[in-house]
Amino acid sequence: MFQKILIANRGEIACRIIKSCKKLGIATVAVCSEADARALHVKMADEDVLIGPAPAAQSYLRIEHIVEACKATGAQAVHPGYGFLSENAAFAEALAAENIAFIGPPVRAIEAMGDKIESKRLAREAGVSTVPGTLDAISDPAQAKRIAAEIGYPVMLKASAGGGGKGMRIAFAESELLDALERAQSEARSSFGDDRVFIEKFVEEPRHIEIQVLADQQGTTLYLGERECSIQRRHQKVLEEAPSPFLDATTRRAMGEQAVELARAVGYYSAGTVEFIVDKDKNFYFLEMNTRLQVEHPVTELVTGIDLVEEMIKIAAGEPLGFDQAAIRLDGWAIEARIYAEDPARGFLPSTGRLSTYIEPEGHGIRVDSGVVEGGEVSLHYDPMIAKLCAHGRDRATATARLGEALDNFVIEGPAHNLSFLNAVLGHPRFIEGRLATNFIADEYGDKFTPPDLDPAAERRLVALATAMRARQLSRAQKISGQLPGVALTPPSAFVAYVGETAYAVEAVERDGAYAVSIDGDPAMELVLRWRPGLELARASIDGEMLAAGAKRLPEGFALTHKGAQVRIMVRRRRAHELAMLMPEKPPADTSKLLLSPMPGMIVSIAVEVGEAIKEGQTLCILEAMKMENVLKAERDATVESIDIAAKDTVSADQVLMTFA
Amino acid sequence: MQDIVDQLEAKREAARQGGGTRRVEAQHGRGKLTARERVELLLDAGSFEETDMFVEHRCTEFGMADQRVPGDGVVTGQGTVNGRLVFVFSQDFTVFGGSLSESHAAKIAKVMDRAVQVRAPVIGLNDSGGARIQEGVDSLAGYAEVFVRNVKASGVIPQISVICGPCAGGAVYSPAMTDFIFMVRDSSYMFVTGPEVVRTVTNEVVTQEELGGASAHTKKSGVADLAFENDVEAMAELRRFIDFLPSSNLEKPPVWPTEDTVERDDFSLDTLIPANPTQPYDMAELIRKVVDEGDFFELQPDYARNILTGFARIGGSSVGIVANQPLVLAGCLDIDSSRKAARFVRFCDCFNIPIVTFVDVPGFLPGTAQEFGGIIKHGAKLLYAFTEATVPKVTVITRKAYGGAYDVMSSKHLGGDVNYAWPTAEIAVMGPKGAVEIIFRSDAGDPAKIEAKTEEYRERFANPFVAARRGFIDDVIMPHGTRRRVGQALRWLQGKRTQEPWRKHGNIPL
Repeated sequence: MFQKILIANRGEIACRIIKSCKKLGIATVAVCSEADARALHVKMADEDVLIGPAPAAQSYLRIEHIVEACKATGAQAVHPGYGFLSENAAFAEALAAENIAFIGPPVRAIEAMGDKIESKRLAREAGVSTVPGTLDAISDPAQAKRIAAEIGYPVMLKASAGGGGKGMRIAFAESELLDALERAQSEARSSFGDDRVFIEKFVEEPRHIEIQVLADQQGTTLYLGERECSIQRRHQKVLEEAPSPFLDATTRRAMGEQAVELARAVGYYSAGTVEFIVDKDKNFYFLEMNTRLQVEHPVTELVTGIDLVEEMIKIAAGEPLGFDQAAIRLDGWAIEARIYAEDPARGFLPSTGRLSTYIEPEGHGIRVDSGVVEGGEVSLHYDPMIAKLCAHGRDRATATARLGEALDNFVIEGPAHNLSFLNAVLGHPRFIEGRLATNFIADEYGDKFTPPDLDPAAERRLVALATAMRARQLSRAQKISGQLPGVALTPPSAFVAYVGETAYAVEAVERDGAYAVSIDGDPAMELVLRWRPGLELARASIDGEMLAAGAKRLPEGFALTHKGAQVRIMVRRRRAHELAMLMPEKPPADTSKLLLSPMPGMIVSIAVEVGEAIKEGQTLCILEAMKMENVLKAERDATVESIDIAAKDTVSADQVLMTFA
Repeated sequence: MQDIVDQLEAKREAARQGGGTRRVEAQHGRGKLTARERVELLLDAGSFEETDMFVEHRCTEFGMADQRVPGDGVVTGQGTVNGRLVFVFSQDFTVFGGSLSESHAAKIAKVMDRAVQVRAPVIGLNDSGGARIQEGVDSLAGYAEVFVRNVKASGVIPQISVICGPCAGGAVYSPAMTDFIFMVRDSSYMFVTGPEVVRTVTNEVVTQEELGGASAHTKKSGVADLAFENDVEAMAELRRFIDFLPSSNLEKPPVWPTEDTVERDDFSLDTLIPANPTQPYDMAELIRKVVDEGDFFELQPDYARNILTGFARIGGSSVGIVANQPLVLAGCLDIDSSRKAARFVRFCDCFNIPIVTFVDVPGFLPGTAQEFGGIIKHGAKLLYAFTEATVPKVTVITRKAYGGAYDVMSSKHLGGDVNYAWPTAEIAVMGPKGAVEIIFRSDAGDPAKIEAKTEEYRERFANPFVAARRGFIDDVIMPHGTRRRVGQALRWLQGKRTQEPWRKHGNIPL
């Protein structure tokens, strides 16, 4: 066994690998770029080596720097994690040349599976079901018609050199085929300078289901069940689960056995993943094989109880697997949610910055894989994933409920994040029913996430929570020193809580550490508050049921986030409410005459002057945010009345930058 | 006797009616509560004791003899906020437009005298059309009576003004002399001369809101400390504000129980200072993480944003926070920020509130606007204020402390009691680059040498040790332990006593 392993990666996966190494008693070496000098993986490792500046191309992707780091520290093996150099055959070869073990598959397997067409050919030869179609470019329309008729409509025309959806066209019938072919070819030509196009069957309502395989160097090759990763946004996986709610035992076995066949055919060892696309009739087709540890491997670990990283290390050291196919049992259900630094409300725009607050959830069946701590940084140089949150339970419903609760107990401040979005997906009827497809997010949410409304029962629970919190604030203030002698204060108990336009009359009376909370005269709930002023996570048990919400103080209440919803609850003493009702509602501020900052950033330059007449579309100022320059333009003709900022000013989102007359 | 009792009730009822149903409705229609309603929300339920409910004016000019309303347009008295005594006057716009008469002023003067006598804060809720013109110089005399009391009470008891409606002309000078001015958005304004006069004299066309609304005074003039959305929110937040203040200059700040222990470490602070020395960071995060419960009551948040001022608590007891904000103007001191912080420091010193200062200051803002605007005198205000303050002063230098600005920011030399520095602190006359360009001016044409010398200067001075070696820094502390170290310092500094030679008063460079 190795004494020292270098981890050629960063972030959560580096941390996760270090944990398995520690379990095995192996010393660890972290590598880091200048941007990561203070990162968690560096702190966790026994040693660390700086390998270059922040851009990955100058650090984490520099093979020679990593080989150098191995030699300098005496690391005997390298775990590449995922991404970066994990599927780079040249890297594996460079290590081999220095007699350093690569914790992954053999070079020839990486090469074979790294080629789109080659891997498909190998799969076909190994008897793996592949998407019907050609592997070679089609030469003329007649051939196209013939092949399309053979494989059956709908078909997809794909650029050989393609990627990113460019040069892709679907034909649902022969009448559409020639047009689709022409367009695909012309798009391929203009996008890639290569008009070769091939045809394959178009899979409707496709699901992405993948098989985890594990093989040792002695020839034992096993499959560890599947993961369904259909919830994706622009080909990026968002939620993954094991097992799939769609597969039956027969299909699972068939897919597993084919995956094993493919692995054997390329002499595979280590952990690998065979990705399939599955249609609505449970026909499955080989997509590609990933010759590395997958991001979503924890769900497999949770249901099989096998530590994949540990197995990979042992395999690389030449040890045989200590179990066989029969020993692999799938226990319960596991779901993983990827926490990304992105802003779902602004079209999932990536976000970066300091994690000023970062509190991970804990609990039974909860696993968090992360590479950051509070005070850490989400850098624009790397993947915007902050953490992976997994929940494990005896069945899908239990795992979903646990994951939802854990998301409510996750607090992140600083960069924008998708916690609310994830929680909203978990509560979506289609997700609950398991009716998944790779276009789920696009179909259900479009380009932008609008937080859902809470169901009335959940809203009432949050109202009860916010009222109890307010009561606690106010009753604590009554314990202040310096009171007049003989003053006897009664904690306020009659409140009115507002959620938007809705007002609830709430009684909250504290007795023996619990609040009796009654809303609109309904029978009182018993609320045990687990919150003290200042905490950003508010928890309570309401009639024995736990409730958690992210909490921020507002002048007369709280902003709470719960189950994907974001609610501002104002809690007033009843008398304050009565008096407030005497006054007309203030009209919302007229923002049409204002230029508001769309996001936090820094003003680079201002292009107009006070008093200047401006035209619609004219540049007003340039705002730098996340190292990107955003040009803010006039939305209509107007005159600049005031400029409230200067170049180099840092501005917050929605700050007034200019006013117009 | 029964007759008198009936009369009493009738008079009370008449006073409670204020200007009558129609005017009360109009008041509500403008998005404002009445004088009594505001007092009710400000004070603990049932604690208000009204005085001078039956006072009426004595004016007979211009038909005023027939127009009398008991109370004469101002509600005065005392009550409690969370059990602590406060005195209140609340002008009633529904009665003669809240205008100030001789007797109206006398009522205000009476509560102010009482407040000073028993050492409790006085809170003025201003909603007045101005002087009672029918009374002529009597009204002006009334203002002066109030002004004099504002001055005499200054530094003895906290005085807080909330502008809940108009406050124009000479009337503005009473709030101006109080310690804090809060405003209500869209329903309050204050100016010395109104839009009409402005138009006649200077041809400028402005609305009342533009000239003297909450936005103008919280962002442009810095006259107001905070603005609230409406009267209800204003009263709720005012209660929260009063909880921070001692009742008078004879008392220590109030204390309340907290579960947030002073010993709490916060490791995220160890990465607050960016690796790149020119990159800004949010000083407010440090404040939130050091103080109790993340509760920072910031004052003047939209004015001179390059310095942060406000109240917080450490160990349950109030502290005043002054901090450079690197996010704005790199945290430079300038005219506005010096004045803002100086006034805040002086308030804290008046009322025994310890001052915690967080320093990251690259210097004073250069430029003709600053020099012609008198930065010399204005910067001196902050220097003066920190120096004269005898309350416990704890200072933490997080990053830059350059030049004269280092001295100003509650340094050891000005009598800082406990001065800490983070390992990232750079205490020097100026940044390494600037320093080298001056010392090695003759080598300006040799970039390699300049760079080498810059690095040498950085090595030599861009650290906390030079200052620590001289005792100007008491200790170099880890960022994560800042709350613990500051809290401990404040504990033992509680017994701080100073003795200054007698003088009438100092002469702060106004």
